[in-house]
Amino acid sequence: MSVSDPNHLNESEYVESVRRERKRSQYQSAILSVIGILGFLILWQLSLVTGLVNSRFLSSPIEVVSLFITKLTDPRPDGAVIGANIVSSLIVALSGFGLAIVIGIPLGLLMGWYKGIDSFLRPIFEIIRPIPPVSWIPLTIVWVGIGLQAKAMIVFFAAFVPCLINSYTGIRQTREVLINVAKTFGASDFTTFLKVGIPYSMTMTFAGVKVAIGNAWATLVAAEMLAASSGLGYMILMGRQFGRVDLVILGIAVIGLIGTLITIIINAVENKILGWRKL
Amino acid sequence: MDKSRVKLKVDNISQSYVVGDEVLDAILNVSFDVYDNEFLVILGPGNCGKTVLLNVIGGLEKPTGGKLYLDGEEIVGSDKRISMVFQELALMPWKTVMENVEFGLQIEGVDKKTRREIAQKYIDLVQLTGFEKSYPSQLSGGMKQRVGIARAYTSNPEILLMDEPFGQLDAQTRYSMQEEIQKIWQQEKRTILFVTNNIEEAIYLGDRIILMSKSPGKIKEIYDIDLPRPRNSMDPEFLAIRKEVSENTDLAL
Ligand SMILES: Nc1ncnc2c1ncn2[C@@H]1O[C@H](COP(=O)(O)OP(=O)(O)OP(=O)(O)O)[C@@H](O)[C@H]1O
Ligand SMILES: [Mg+2]
Repeated sequence: MSVSDPNHLNESEYVESVRRERKRSQYQSAILSVIGILGFLILWQLSLVTGLVNSRFLSSPIEVVSLFITKLTDPRPDGAVIGANIVSSLIVALSGFGLAIVIGIPLGLLMGWYKGIDSFLRPIFEIIRPIPPVSWIPLTIVWVGIGLQAKAMIVFFAAFVPCLINSYTGIRQTREVLINVAKTFGASDFTTFLKVGIPYSMTMTFAGVKVAIGNAWATLVAAEMLAASSGLGYMILMGRQFGRVDLVILGIAVIGLIGTLITIIINAVENKILGWRKL
Repeated sequence: MDKSRVKLKVDNISQSYVVGDEVLDAILNVSFDVYDNEFLVILGPGNCGKTVLLNVIGGLEKPTGGKLYLDGEEIVGSDKRISMVFQELALMPWKTVMENVEFGLQIEGVDKKTRREIAQKYIDLVQLTGFEKSYPSQLSGGMKQRVGIARAYTSNPEILLMDEPFGQLDAQTRYSMQEEIQKIWQQEKRTILFVTNNIEEAIYLGDRIILMSKSPGKIKEIYDIDLPRPRNSMDPEFLAIRKEVSENTDLAL
């Protein structure tokens, strides 16, 4: 292959220079991101040091970090160390979320592919869909109390809808001509579903999974603030009751960080499965 | 081409659709024979029902009337002996070139090693060696179309249906693809039904040309092209045929 480059680089030099250029711009944006976060923390700290904001309403980042370190071993005042609260919340979120994926995605795919299943289930789904997940909270408390199951169920309701809708929409958009390719090779409808429909739907399905994990995490906190005896939401609630702003802010910060972490993991999985899109 | 052996018989095929509360005839009473190893070109203006006709022959649509016979036996629905190259680039974007080409064999349940070997043969034939691991989005239009052609050959069909395979290519690529498809056909003797709306392409490639009228599509004329291959579009005989076909062609709407 020839390279039409004004500097007359050979191919490998050209590849190398493009690579270096890319690396540099990645580097630059990483540095900018770090500066952004640091700047935010510094402003936050300064606003308290200068007395611009009353420390009764807001604790400084340094206080929050030191509380985090204390809470690693100290269960006071909410009754659990931070690690236990995180684990408790993660278990609830991941079981509800996992259940939503395992039920929602296959159901969405089947409804999207098979007309009969669609006609049968769509009306029920359409009625359930607009119900806000938190409005299930009282009912689930009546059904299963305030344990793991209740919260997992609420999280499930929140994550289930985007999983189902996206896989449903994704598979319905499968290009007719790709289905025809499979047909001309003698594929059965079910094989076509597996080999063409499902892979085609994956882009949309993944977008749904991302929305679902966000919903799950957000709903979890709501559920824990209403019905729980441990977890990050519960910790925030206790912080409010004891008038401990630092505890509330720690809870919020940890929720934010874990949410980010989950997004990073999901993105990595997505890159692995849908790598072909980025080429 | 062996005119004594009819490979595919298209017998009085019609296809119509209900659009709103009207019936729209796409093709009407189309009958012709396709001979063994023939390169048969179907030429017609846009919207005259060429794709519909190929879809019917490929078993993707059930015709409202008429029958199809392959080697003298009636066929219904899609048949393994018939393979198709689609008008729209119909590659799976999530599959590599190799995975796309071996798709038909995968459906048939051929084991991985065997199907890789067969697929490799056709990837080499369409000159995509070295691009086995590339994804369609990394290929040019001409390369993508070659993947489609290799995929159609890989399932070892007796008849290949090609629906305007070069329609979306630029003129230069189009010429070289025409040359290439002719070479492949000469190497891998199969019966080809090739649809186009380009008169030069039709005369360059076809043993015979079936000229269709504008919609509803009917057969207007069948031309035998007896020029030696490879053909030269500047050749006086070529030009004479071109003039004749051209004057007989309906304008697309
Ligand atoms: N499923 C369908 N329902 C209704 N009308 C259809 C359907 N399929 C094809 N048609 C109509 O049949 C006619 C012929 O279409 P076809 O796609 O075969 O044309 P074509 O000759 O392949 O045109 P082109 O050269 O542009 O590809 C068109 O008017 C089209 O709208
Ligand atoms: Mg067409």
